[in-house]
This record gives sequence, structure tokens and C-alpha cells, in this order.
Amino acid sequence: MKLAELSTLETSFNQLIETLLIKKKETEQFTVRLTSEESQFTRFNHAKVRQTGLVADGSIELTLMEDERSSFRSFPFTGNWDKDWQTAYTALLELREEITFLPVDPYLVLPSGNNTSREINSGQLLAAESVVPTLLELVAELDFTGMYAGGVVIKAYGDSQGQKHWFATDIFTLDYSLFDNCGQAVKGIFAGNNWDETAYIAKINQAKTQLQLLSRPAKQLTRGQYRTYFAPAAVADLLGMLSWSAVSEADLQQGNSALAMLSRQEKQLSPKFSLKENFEQGFVPRFNQLGEMVAPELPLIAQGILVNTLVNSRTAKEYGKTANGANSSETLRAPEVSPGNLEFEQILGSLDTGLYVSNLHYLNWSDRPTGRITGMTRYACFWVENGEIVAPIENLRFDESLYRFWGENLVEFTNFQEFIPEVGTYESRQLGGSLVPGMLVNDFTYTL
Amino acid sequence: MWSELTQAIATLDIPADWIGIRAVKKNSSTRHVRDGLPQNNGKSSTMGAMLEVLVNGCLGYAATNSLELPSLQAAAQTAYQQALAASKWWIYPFQASQRPKVVGEYSSPYVEALDTLSPGEINYLLVRVCQTLKVDEKIVQTTASANTTERETWFVSSNGSEVYQKIVSVETHYGAIAQDGAIVQQRSNNGWQAHCYQGGWELLKQDELWPRVQQVGEQAIELLTAAECPNTRTNLVLAPDQMMLQIHESVGHPLEIDRILGDERNYAGGSFVKKSDFGNLAYGSPLMNITFDPTVPGQFASYGFDDTGAVATREYVIKAGVLQRGLGSLESQARAGISGVACARASSWNRPPIDRMANLNLEPGNATVEEMIGGIEHGVYMESNRSWSIDDRRYKFQFGCEYAKLIENGKLTKTLRNPNYRATTPEFWHSLTQVGNTDNWQMYGTAMCGKGEPNQAIWVGHGSPVCVFANVEVFGGGH
Repeated sequence: MKLAELSTLETSFNQLIETLLIKKKETEQFTVRLTSEESQFTRFNHAKVRQTGLVADGSIELTLMEDERSSFRSFPFTGNWDKDWQTAYTALLELREEITFLPVDPYLVLPSGNNTSREINSGQLLAAESVVPTLLELVAELDFTGMYAGGVVIKAYGDSQGQKHWFATDIFTLDYSLFDNCGQAVKGIFAGNNWDETAYIAKINQAKTQLQLLSRPAKQLTRGQYRTYFAPAAVADLLGMLSWSAVSEADLQQGNSALAMLSRQEKQLSPKFSLKENFEQGFVPRFNQLGEMVAPELPLIAQGILVNTLVNSRTAKEYGKTANGANSSETLRAPEVSPGNLEFEQILGSLDTGLYVSNLHYLNWSDRPTGRITGMTRYACFWVENGEIVAPIENLRFDESLYRFWGENLVEFTNFQEFIPEVGTYESRQLGGSLVPGMLVNDFTYTL
Repeated sequence: MWSELTQAIATLDIPADWIGIRAVKKNSSTRHVRDGLPQNNGKSSTMGAMLEVLVNGCLGYAATNSLELPSLQAAAQTAYQQALAASKWWIYPFQASQRPKVVGEYSSPYVEALDTLSPGEINYLLVRVCQTLKVDEKIVQTTASANTTERETWFVSSNGSEVYQKIVSVETHYGAIAQDGAIVQQRSNNGWQAHCYQGGWELLKQDELWPRVQQVGEQAIELLTAAECPNTRTNLVLAPDQMMLQIHESVGHPLEIDRILGDERNYAGGSFVKKSDFGNLAYGSPLMNITFDPTVPGQFASYGFDDTGAVATREYVIKAGVLQRGLGSLESQARAGISGVACARASSWNRPPIDRMANLNLEPGNATVEEMIGGIEHGVYMESNRSWSIDDRRYKFQFGCEYAKLIENGKLTKTLRNPNYRATTPEFWHSLTQVGNTDNWQMYGTAMCGKGEPNQAIWVGHGSPVCVFANVEVFGGGH
């Protein structure tokens, strides 16, 4: 998206807020959220182009609140003021009519505060016509598959109290895999605001080296418990489960949290495990669906103790808690797991004999109240003996409780962390990611 | 809408082999109540068009949410540039024959239109559902929701296609969580968001609604004191609401031709099925008959045409246990040389079509439920999915259910909690020993089948009778 188009959208968004302020009744409150993007999506398979295109999209969610009732309308936002305002005004009139007939919501939270922010992260991305040759010429001889997504993503907010936020970022992600002839693969993610040719070449060369290790015959293991090193990408996958009914205060209150036993202090986690929300890196907006700004840092688990949950203003009102800027679903937005003491060079030696797991796949709670998670190993995963990689493994299913692998069986985290970017594109391109170390675990349970 | 699209097609001045415009207008509503209190009320609308252009064997696309003629023309130019820039690197030389001319219409059947219940009436009905679910103080959470969608699609192309489809659907869900100390159990109406159908409000206001709501609440309480599912190998009997997930994950996804061709390897994964398996592979026992059938009235993923204009027809994918054809679009069929189905589908105007299952059904056999249970000396009967995981080749899976019963000497006896089972796909389907009849055949669906880069969540439907599988590993929860 060109700067002029970006400016037009921001002007149009601001005009929408101002006009709604004029149109609203004294007893009404509203919030407006904008999601917009212009994204180049190019999909690869076998180092060829499978699909390529550009998506220009934008939508507004207008929520109207009055007399302890609320409802929303979501509609397209094109930047064409006449058209957008006509749609928005129709939505406002519909909402006025509808909310009168809805039940009272005693925990409705009205917008408050006076937060404003404006952040624009400009970038230098590949031109549309350069994406394919730039990416593919380097991997022409390889079985390269994946997707490049690049362009501007905008998240904005405004409300009837005068709060206003604008967050625009020029960002790309290249999520790829390199396969060998036997179907084994190395996974890579490359992301940022500026395309760095040298870094891309280095990443691909590193992946080629890993690919060579996969050429050995795969080792078949029997079910059982194995000492395991999880690389940062795998740790990020495990961490992601905490956003699915675990760190949410509402889930705790409603009998639906995997951390309930930790909260009740019936179970413990290792003192080596610390988790916080860290917004210092600026990859995601710090404002939430009510325009509230989260603190730059929020500790959640400190040395194995649950010190905070994610509490949004609605949950706070319902259960008498203090809100801490959490989003409406009380999920992690900028999680960071603290590093430990395991140095990169010590990983294989400390593992000694066991599994080196690079990535995981398709995680799910197999028994949420006991924190038990199942899933599969995926991509470059190896059997290690006496501190040396012996062979790749057949993909294995695991089924293990977080109270064991982040508790009594946690040996150590690495002393380095990696940023694992969010590459999801459901509905629209997601932002952010996890900052995580690798981790070494004893007796991790593999079932098939 | 037609005038905008046909005018755009007529005025596009692009040296392309084929041009298509697919416009989508979707209006949806969501109503969600927890513990009798409103949580989420609103409506969403989206509208936009995707232009696809075929240049030198390469397809390029551009999607815009502005349907003004200049925007459509600009999008066509962008799509052309996309195709041109990639044309030296195409994966397959696509031809206009993969987008044949087609003219037609499809509309969902419904009795009570979506505007016959007001937002207030829907909310009060959901509040009553929550109140009815709370059969005991140990019910710590009750939820009820109703979502509706009205989706219209217009498709025109430079070779004369004109297709209009209107899908009207209703998704309902309700459930309860019961807690007694550290024991927590969930129970819902056939699993999370499984009641997804094309139709109107008649789908919600059924006679059996209130007895079923009561039963769901009571079963949540029942599970608190139930025995843990045993860890053993035994006969496994699956209800249709779990068969939905079983068919989806271990038959639908592995048979998608784009996965077999490797398109999905970086995200959703590949498949253990090879191109050479079609026509040869004994996928399961001879009792296994699976159809791809977008023609079932009221099933969630019924349609007349896919999103490239291919005409939808009922086809056997697996017949008497043998793999017949793949779930692949005209594009995938050309690339792979395998027979497929009309399944190029996109989640909306802003995503390109890819191979997706639609309605994928296990055809009924002959057995009554009484006959199936009566013939089992020892086994476990499971209902309603609560956990799902399968590897990237769709080979090793582990699924969990909400509710189970022990089968002893031909009878359902003790209730079991935390029932899970795991197997590999071929082993499991070969262990199919009995298939229920039309009386116990039921259909469900989900709006949340995820796949693709960029990601797309799409709607699918699955029908099945009760089925019996021999010698399956089952196990409980805990640790």
C-alpha cells in the first residue's frame, strides 16, 4: 500500500469516528475497530508457483452500547468516504433498533480512559514482480514449499470517549519447508519489516545443511518416555496451548482452565519456568478491543508460580478482579519464556541420548483439567546417542502433561531465545509472535 | 450485481487466455449466551470480488472489497501482473479447459427464513437453554449460541460462465461444564459446533430441543462420578457425532489431491496416500462406502457448482473399501491424472479456491444399534468429539470424546469419562466390522475446517451411521 493510500485510509477512519461522535445520542457509547491489509500472497510447491495474488481488504467493527446492552456490526471499509459512511450510518441505525430488545448485560464494560497512540512501522519489502524470482532462483534445485506474505497491515481503534489508536506496519513473512526425496523436511520462517537478501541466503544455506542430516535412514522408536530437547519453534507450539483455555482468568473462573491445579496450588511448575507478556518489541499493538493499553511487561508465571492471569475489563467486572489490559479472549499476544543456562554448544551433550525435536504439529488438549497435551513431532527431528545426531525419526505422537514437562521433568532452558513470528492468515494476516528458548526435558511420553 | 460483473468482464482489456470474476456477499449473525447472560451479539457483512486471470499457463489473482468498475478493472490488471510475473515459474501449465463454461443456480432449502426470529427472541431462547442446562449447582458454566449465514456468490467468466448460488445456514451449539473439586467434565450437544446445516430457524425450534438440553446438563453431572475409561484394546463403537470427525480427519484430508501433490506440505501436511493408490488401495474393510455428495438437501456443504464453476455431483470416493477417486478439483485432476470431484472452494472472495471436501458421508449399512451392541461381549461406546489430533500425513491419530459407556455382554452398562482412542488410519478402517443402517444415520457439520496458505476456514458436512471397530486401543485421562 502506498503512503498516499495509507494516509487516505487514516483520514477516512478519523472522519468516521468524528461523524459517529456527532451522530451518537447522549446515552450511547460506541467503539470502532479497523482491520485492514494489502497483502501479496505467493504460494510455492516444488520451487514453483502454485498460486499468486494480491488481496486488498478492510473491515470496521462498530459496537454500540446503551442501557446495559450492546451489539456490533462488522462491514467493509474501503476508504471511499461516501460509501463507507453510508454503510456505517445504516449499521448505527440498525444497532439502535436492535439493542433495545436484547437482554441486559450486567458485565458490559463501557469505553473509558484517554489513551491515544499512533505507530507506523515503514518497511522495505520486495516489489510484487520481484517476489517470485528473488525467492525461487536461490532454491531452484530444491524441493521448496511454502508461502510469502507481505504488505501493509493496519489495526486501529476509536471510541466515544475520544480514545484513538493507529497501528500500521509494513511486514513480510516467508514460511517455508525444504523436503528431501524421502519426505523428510526442514522448516524455516523468515520475517521482518525489511527484506534482507543476505539473511535469506544464509537461512537457506543453513537449511540445506540440516537437510543433509535427514538423508540417513529414519530410526523407528517404540512407545515410551524419552529425554527430549525441544527447539524454540517446538516450545512456541507448546506455549501456544496456554492461549487455549489456560492463562485466561475467565476460563479459570468458569472451570475451563488447564492451569486450574496450578492456580489452586495443587500442582507446581519448575522454578526454572517463567512466562511474561512483553510488548517492548513492538510487533503487535498494545491496545485492546476497548482501547486500553497493556503495560509493557506483565509477568504471568514467575519461577513456576502463577502470579497473574490475563484479565480483561469484562472478566474483572464479573469476578471482582483487576483488569490488566488483556484482549477480549484473554489470549497471549506477546509471550516471552525466560531463558535458562543451557548453552547452544551444550545442547546435544546435555541431551546425551534421546530426541531432538525441531517442530510440533496439531496440538490439542487430551485432558485439559490435568494439563495433558497431545500432538505430533514434525520436520527435522532426530534420534541422538551419546551427544551425537544418529538419525532422523519417524514422526511420533506425544501425550504428556504440562505439569510434568514444565514441572518436575524440566531440566533446563537454553540461554538464548528465538523470536517465532506468527504467520497465521485466517480472516486476515496475524501479527506478533513468541520469544522463547529451547528446552531440555526428562521422560517425555511418546505413545505411538 | 450481474450488471457490474458482466460490464466489468466486457470492458477488461487484458491479453489473457481466461478471466473470471467471483463476487461474494456474506451476511452473518452471531448470538452467544453464557450462564444466561448475553456475551456476543452482532452481525457481520463482507462483500468483494476476486479476479483470476490465466496468462501463459499461470493463474494470477487480485481481490478487492470495492465493486466499483474502476476497482474491478484495476484488480484485473493486478491479477494479470501477478500471473505474468510468475509465468516463468508455474507449477503446471493450466488451461482454460480447467474453467469450463457453466450457467446455473443453486439455493439452499429452508422453511423459516432467517428474519422470522428477532435478535431478542433468539437471545431469550438461548438464555432459557442455559437455564435448562443448569440441572445442578455443580454445573459451573453453561453456554448456548446460534449463528446464521446467508452467502451469495456470483461467478462470471470470459468464456461465458454465469453462476449464482445462495447458501442459507444455521449453526447452533449448547453445552455445560460440571465441576466437583479437581474433577471437571464437559458435555455438549454432539460436540463443539457440530450442529451446522443449511436451512432456516426450523433447525433450532425442534420438538426434541428441551429434552435434549436437559439430557446434556444431566450427563455433565453424570460424568463427574463416572469411571475412568479403561486402558485396553477392545471393540469400539462410535456414534455418528464422532464418526463425523473420524471421516473428516482420516478420510477427507488424506484424499485431497492437492495434499498428495504437495501443495499443503508446508502447512496442513501431505498424505500417506499416493497417486498410484487410486483404483487399487484397499482403504478399509469391504463395509466402507464413502461418497462425496454436495447434493444432499440441507447438509452443510451442499452446492450446485464449485468456485471454479465445475458442476457438483455425487461420487463414490471409496467403494466396498477400495479407493476410487480423490477429492481434487479440475486443476488438481489435470495435474495428478486422477479422477476427482467438484471441490475447488474458497472461504470467501479474498481467498483463491483450493481442494476442499464438501459433504463427505459414510453410506449406511444394515445393522440396528441393538444388533451392534448386542453382539459385543466387551467394548466401549463413545459420543461427541472433544479432542482431535492427527499427523501431517493423516496416518497416526488420537481422538477424545465427551461421553462413553462400557459395553458388557451385549449391553451398555457403566458411564465412562475421559474416553480416548488412537490408531493409524489404515489399521482403523480395516477394523470396521459393522455399519449401522439408515435409521441411525445422522449428519453433522463444521464451519471450521482449516487449510491453505493463505489460511482458509471452510464449511463441511459429514453423515454417518453408528459403526463398530474391532481391537482398538482406548484409554482414559489423568496424570
